[in-house]
This record gives sequence, C-alpha cells and structure tokens, in this order.
Amino acid sequence: MRPEQQQKQQKPGIDVAVLVSIGRHPTTGRARRAEQDARGLELALAMEAELPGSRIDVLHAGSQDVDSEAALRSYLGMATGVGMGLESMTLLEQPEGSDAILPLVEHLAATSPQLVITGARAERGEGSGLLPYALAEHLGWPLVNSLASIETVENGVITLLQALPRGQRRRLKVRLPAIISVDEAAPAARQSAFGPARRATFLVAPTTSEADSELAQWHLSPARKRPKRLKIIKAASARDRFKAAASKAEGKGGQVLTDVTPEQGAEAIYKLLKEEGVLR
Amino acid sequence: MDGKCSAQGWVYSALAEVCRRSSPAAKDEVSTMLETLLPILIFTALALAVIGAVRRIRLWRQGRPSRVNLLQGLMALPRRYLVDLHHVVGRDKMISNTHVATAGGFVAAAVLMILVHGLGIANPLLGGLLLLASTSMFVGSLFVARRRLNPPARLSKGPWMRLPKSLMAFSIGVFLITLPTVGLLPDGLVEGSGSWLLALVLAGVVVWGLGEMFFGMTWGGPMKHAFAGALHLAFHRRAERFGGGRSTGLKALNLEDEAAPLGVEKPTDFTWNQLLGFDACVQCGRCEAVCPAFAAGQPLNPKKLIQDMVVGFAGGSDAGYAGSPYPGKPVGEHQGAPHAPILAPVVMKEGKALVDAETLWSCTTCRACVEECPMMIEHVDAIVDMRRHLTLERGKTPNKGAEVLDNLIATDNPGGFDPGSRLNWAADLNLPLMADLKQVDVLLWLGDGAFDMRNQRTLRALVKVLRAAEVDFAVLGAEERDSGDVARRLGDEATFQSLAKRNIATLAKYRFQQIVTCDPHSFHVLGNEYGDFLQEGQGGSDFNASYEVRHHSTFIAELYDAGRLTFAPWKGGSVTYHDPCYLGRYNGEYEAPRRVLKALGIQVAEMERSGLRSRCCGGGGGAPITDIPGERRIPDMRMNDVKESGAELVAVGCPQCTAMLEGVVDASAEVRDIAELVADALVERPAGDVSGVSRRTTAVTTAEEVTL
Repeated sequence: MRPEQQQKQQKPGIDVAVLVSIGRHPTTGRARRAEQDARGLELALAMEAELPGSRIDVLHAGSQDVDSEAALRSYLGMATGVGMGLESMTLLEQPEGSDAILPLVEHLAATSPQLVITGARAERGEGSGLLPYALAEHLGWPLVNSLASIETVENGVITLLQALPRGQRRRLKVRLPAIISVDEAAPAARQSAFGPARRATFLVAPTTSEADSELAQWHLSPARKRPKRLKIIKAASARDRFKAAASKAEGKGGQVLTDVTPEQGAEAIYKLLKEEGVLR
Repeated sequence: MDGKCSAQGWVYSALAEVCRRSSPAAKDEVSTMLETLLPILIFTALALAVIGAVRRIRLWRQGRPSRVNLLQGLMALPRRYLVDLHHVVGRDKMISNTHVATAGGFVAAAVLMILVHGLGIANPLLGGLLLLASTSMFVGSLFVARRRLNPPARLSKGPWMRLPKSLMAFSIGVFLITLPTVGLLPDGLVEGSGSWLLALVLAGVVVWGLGEMFFGMTWGGPMKHAFAGALHLAFHRRAERFGGGRSTGLKALNLEDEAAPLGVEKPTDFTWNQLLGFDACVQCGRCEAVCPAFAAGQPLNPKKLIQDMVVGFAGGSDAGYAGSPYPGKPVGEHQGAPHAPILAPVVMKEGKALVDAETLWSCTTCRACVEECPMMIEHVDAIVDMRRHLTLERGKTPNKGAEVLDNLIATDNPGGFDPGSRLNWAADLNLPLMADLKQVDVLLWLGDGAFDMRNQRTLRALVKVLRAAEVDFAVLGAEERDSGDVARRLGDEATFQSLAKRNIATLAKYRFQQIVTCDPHSFHVLGNEYGDFLQEGQGGSDFNASYEVRHHSTFIAELYDAGRLTFAPWKGGSVTYHDPCYLGRYNGEYEAPRRVLKALGIQVAEMERSGLRSRCCGGGGGAPITDIPGERRIPDMRMNDVKESGAELVAVGCPQCTAMLEGVVDASAEVRDIAELVADALVERPAGDVSGVSRRTTAVTTAEEVTL
C-alpha cells in the first residue's frame, strides 16, 4: 500500500475544470446546485485522494443574482477540508439569454485545463444536453458521456469507467485533454456545508457574450407531464420477471466488428444509418 | 508562573523552618511540634490550592467569552447551591443527607481549622465546634464509604474509590489534633517514646486529608467538583434554571458575524463557562443511568462525554477515566488537546481524536441527563454545539441527515414533499385558512405531521375536537413551513434560522391569540426558540412575542374545564401515558395530558419512568434520521416499559412518539394520541346544559359555517 501511495504523491496533479450551472428543484422550482453538475464536482473532489496537487477550477457562465448566488455557493460548500484552491469560483458573467458556449470555449482554450467535467444536461434553460458536445466540437477534444468513475490518470492518459444501460460498465482510456459528462450513474454528491459556502468568493473573468439569437426566437412554455404508458407484464413467474429486468437487450441482427480500420467502421455505421433511415 | 515559583520558594523556606524549629524542640513536648507544624501544613496546602485554582481558572479561560454577571452570580451562589442543587440531589434522600453531613461538616471544619490551628486561636468554643464539624463529616464519610462498598455501575471508580478514606483521614485527623485545644487529651498520651510515632502518624493523616481536600480540590482530584461546581453554579450559562425556572431553548448562533466560529470544533470553541461546567462533573453517573442511547447500547454515555471534554481542554488521553465507557468503544484510545479538533477531520485507523462522531449523533436531545444532573451541567448544548460544527463546517451529517437538510432548504419540509400539498389530508374538512380570515382566536399549527398518514388521523381528530368545542380557529395551510426543529438539532443553524425568520414573517401577517399544535417539537421551537429572532417592533403592540403557544393537550384540558367538551365514559382497558420529552422536560407540561385522560374517565397506570423521568421514545434530535446503530432500539425499550405497566393502550401527545412507538414490532399495547381518544369520546352535551355556551349545531354544520 504505502510505496504505491508515495508513488502517487510524486505524480503531478492535473488541472480540472468543473462546469456548474444553476439547478432547479423539481418540486418547488427553487434554485439549487444542479444534481448532475454536483456529481461532476464530487468526481473531481474524489480525485484529490488519488492525485494530490490537482487543481479544480469551478466555472460558471451565466447571469448572477441573489438566488443563483446561493446555489453557486452551495457547490463550493462541498469543498470542506479539500485543499485544492476551491475557496473561489470563476464566474463568466453574461446577461440572461446569452449563449454560454462561446465564452466557455474561450476560457477553456485560454486556461487549457487537462480535464473538463460537466453535467450531461442543465436543469433550467434549454436543457438540451448539447453543451458537452458543442464544447468538444469547438475545442477538438474527446468527449466521454455518462461517466461512472475516474480510475487512474497516468502520463496524460485517463482511465475511465463509463456507465452503460442495465448497470454495465465500460473501461476507456482517453488521452488528455478531454471532456467528460456526468449523469445519474456517477456517485452522489456530498453534503454542502454552510461555512465554506459562505466564505467562498467569486472571480469574475472577462467574457465576450453574445445573445443567443436562436433561443430568442423560441417560444418557451412549461412542460406538461406526459402520461405514463401502461406496462403490461407478460412474465408469469418471478424468474421470468427477473430475467426481463436483468438480462441484456437482445439485439436483433446487427454485427460485431473487430479488428477493422476506422474507415471500415465508419462505412459500416454509415450503411446502418442509411438502412435505418436516420440519414437520407 | 511567577506566583508558582515564589510559592515554591515559600514552601522550601517553611520546611527549613520546620527543621530548624523541630530540632531544638525535640526534647520538648510533641504538642509543640504539632503547634508549629500545623499552621505550616495548613497554609502550605492552602497556598498550593490557590496555585491550583489559578491554573484551573486559566484552563477555563481558554474558552470563548460569555456574558455572565459575575458579581450577581456569586451573590446567588449560596441559594443556587443550597436550594436548587439540593432539589436535584434530594431526589435520592440518602445521598443528599450524606452530602449535607459530609460537605457541611467539611466546610465548617475547614474554616474552623484555619482559625484554630492555622491562626492559633485556641478558643475552646471554636475547638468544640471544630470537633462537632469533623464528627459530622466523619459520620457522612461513613455513608460515603458504605456506598462505595458495592458501588452501582453508574459511579466512576478509580480515584473516587479513595475519596471516603480521604474524607475519613481529614475528619479523624482534624478531630484528633483538636482534642488538645479543648483540653480533652489525656496528658499521658503525648508523653513517652511512643508519642513521637503517634504524632508522626497523626501528621501523616492530616497531610493526607489536607492533600485531598485542599490540594486535590484545585489540582484535579475528586474534590475538584466542589471548587468547579460552586463557580459553575455561580456563572451558569442558563441562570434562568435556578429558582424553579426553566431554560431549554438552544442558544442561537450569530450568523451575521462571519468571524464567529460555526459551532465547536476544538475545546476552546466552547464558552469559558461551558468548560467550567464540564469540570464540575462529580461522575455520579445519574445521566448515564437515564440516557436512552446508553441503555440502547449506542455509543454515547453523557458522563463520559463530559469527562472527555475535560480531557480536551486540559489535554491528555481518556485513559484515566474510570467509569462506564461509550458502549462498544474501549477507554484509552482517544486523546485531545485544547486546540486540537474534538472530532477527527478524516477517518483514522488508530489513535483517535477526542470523540467519535457517532457518539454525538446518538443523542436524542431528550434532556433526561440535563434534568438529572445534580451539577446542572448542560450536556445537550455541548452536543448540539459540536454537531453544528460537523454540519455547518464539514458537511458531515450522517445517513439521511444531508437529504433531510436539503429537503428542508428546497421544500421547507423534511420529507421533500410539495409544500402545496400540506393540506391534502384535509381536502374534505374545509379547514378555514388564515389567509382568508386574517384574524381568529386560535391558529392551528399542523407541523410536518401533516405529511404523515398516521399523524393525519391525529390532526383530523383534533379538528373534530376543536369544532365540537366551537373554537374559532384557522390554519396557515401552504404558508406553514417546518418549524426548524430537526434542522437545528442536526446542527444546521443556518437552515433553522432561515425557516424561523420566514415563519415569523408569516405569523406576523395575521392576528390570533394563541397557537395550538399537536406537535411538542413545534410547540417548543415556536414558544421557546423563536423569541431570539423576532425583529424589533414585532414584539410590540402588533402581536408577536405576546402570542402564546399551547400544546393540544393543554388546550383540550382548558376547553374541558370551561365546559365546552363533554365525554362519554371510558369503556376501554387500562391506559398508560407516555410523556413526550419536548412537552415534559422541555416545557414542564406533565399535568394537562393527565387531566384530559382523567376527564375521559381513564385511570392512568403510570409507568415506572414517567413525568420528569420519562424515557425518550428515541424520536428526538434527529436520531431517527442519523440512525446510529446500537444493541437495542430505544422505542422497543419504551414499549417494554408500557408492557410492564400492564396497560393495553398507551396515550401519547407527539407525532414523533406515535411513529416511534407504533413502529415497535409485536407491541403489547395500542398507541393513540390524546386527541384521538378525546375525539372518540365526544358526545353532544345534553340539552338544558347550564354552561353559558349554547350548542345549536353539530360539528358538521359548524364546519360549513366557518367556511361561509
């Protein structure tokens, strides 16, 4: 145990940027730390045990008012006894209705963190879940979604565990810098404490904000709860029900490609998309 | 340290003086030697005691400031000691008589001894009184010794086992050296060669007695309780408790001041008079004997906790502790220092900090230990202070704690329910809303039990009773929030204050004479803890501060006394009553629920532990949320008490108690709230009733009337 730990001590930490947004409580609609973003920060904080000397930059792009300040502070309330420079948060202040992507891209390109962690989908605003992809596209970095845990970081390569449906996990090695997005599969966020949250400070970074012209044209209305489809249980016995719940979805047709060149793989995917009518 | 050096120098020169004087006097009488030696011994012991006192006071002064009127406290000391403290001690007559004889004898003997032997005022009258005092002390010490023959588990052993012997040494020593003063000593006894030996033995006995009683009092022996205890009574942080008063509300944290610590991280974060209070402990273990968590085998022992705090501010390890440990935690592994964290910031494998977190989270805040403590030490305050640090600074509220606090922040209730659904249970009752009426006699505070299906039955029963008595009442409905009780006791003072301030603002919008609630926790918080947060002017003519909060049992008792309720005779079996901690010990209401039960025609078969000594149900202080495992469950033990009383039904007056006691598997008794019993027994008053209230309508039509 011990020599291994010492080895880890010697390894230099990495710079991590955690993107956080202002969440919305599903019942009362009050501002809070967003569930997924908090899990992302939790993931980053848990890395501290693995990689001492890592630096976490908590980043928020958006407007700021009294309500949202309390929500943003509650992210920093998670950093008790973690000495990673989490006493403050970088704020890319921009007016309501601005596009967050460009300022984030600019900031990330300028500060060049090795790892960017973000929630998969925001709890207010568009909530399209496209932000991680847009960032990855702009920065040209790889993106891994639905992250379950970070295993190791060695020589600029990060080993990740990605969550797949039905509790399956896939181990991935990704070269840094990379973006990872977090959903409910990641470990739950720790409690946020009042004291550190109250002491937290905001560093306002200069931004160029641009009004989101597309958003301005949209008509927004509250979502209606969709009726639940009745589930018809066909299983006759407990064994059948268990099998239905636990077994993998059995794909019909399809093929497993191994040891093929990227071009062949792309060709196969393109062909499938054509067949399914996704691409026309 | 100057004082210490010079005092030591003084001791050395004094000893040299003894040698110088005693050698030429060797041929003289032995009594001469004693006459020379005694003042030196007495004043040496006194000087050492003073040095010890200064050191001890310095230890206490490491704590944070606390506003106490020192002079007033000292003036009140004799009364607090002789009346208030002895009220508590007097619950065990044998011990209180023993203490009167021993302590009274000692104080008198010590003063007289200083006069007679120290200053050499060899007055036979004083001598006679001194003999009397030392005799009283000796008789007392015999009883102390008898109790130590086969001591109950709750008593600490170790140095405390030698105390009766030390008391005897002091009293016998003083008695014997005083005999010559009154001329009672036969001349032959001090002559001859054996007299020297006798004198030496006597001197040794006196030194032992003085050492324990004077030196040990301030240097940390068992007698420390007398010194620290007296000052603790004088500078108590809840002076209201003396003279029959009650002070049970937690003290507010100042959240405006960002420099003030949020709770207690290290021993020096306690106020100085809290540290002093810890030092006053006599380790009698009465707290341990009544603690529900200790009885359940959860890792808490109030006595050990207080001793750990002493270890903390004095520095060292708990290895010297000689009482019952925290269940399941061996003694000797924990250590602390005045400026070291009481709770380890990270989980440590070996070599622990002063206290483990689960010890603090085991407490149900039932206040049994506080009420039982003869030294009036405030255990619950200390526990909540340390919990505040854990929650507010470290974010380490165990188990469901974090979820409950998040819910309270986001939805104003611990269950995370939609605040708008607070009145769903009463959809068919047409409850009048404060928002519509603005002014009523009684505001019915529902509490979070409104979301709990079991408590909804109680609430419906209570509404039925109120309507039968034609009470002009209304509810806040969706405007009501959690009172903040659970948040505060889980250490989240910030959320508590936020809820309290918003509730106060809501209450300030309306006019009413009193608040009635069936939840003793809301009752306590609204009545005893919101006072700290009333804004300037709110307490004035408008309404607040003047509002009265009533528990439903009190209110029902008053309605019955006013002749507004009539009951059918009780037909059920035998009934016992469980006193909720937050109604009984926190608010002193033991009588009204029993009066209601009596009015129902129920003869209460009291449990062995009832009233002031009622055993907690295990539901207070957020204990069901933090859920620290033990060997038994507290509600199981309480239902066992019910079983032993032979009752088929246990009447309760608290949603927490109902939930906890009803959760007991294979219980021998049914659990009913007092409101339910009353609602079931309601009958329409016979026609031609002489009391002034005319009753033209039934409960149902009253309901319609109110909504009109």
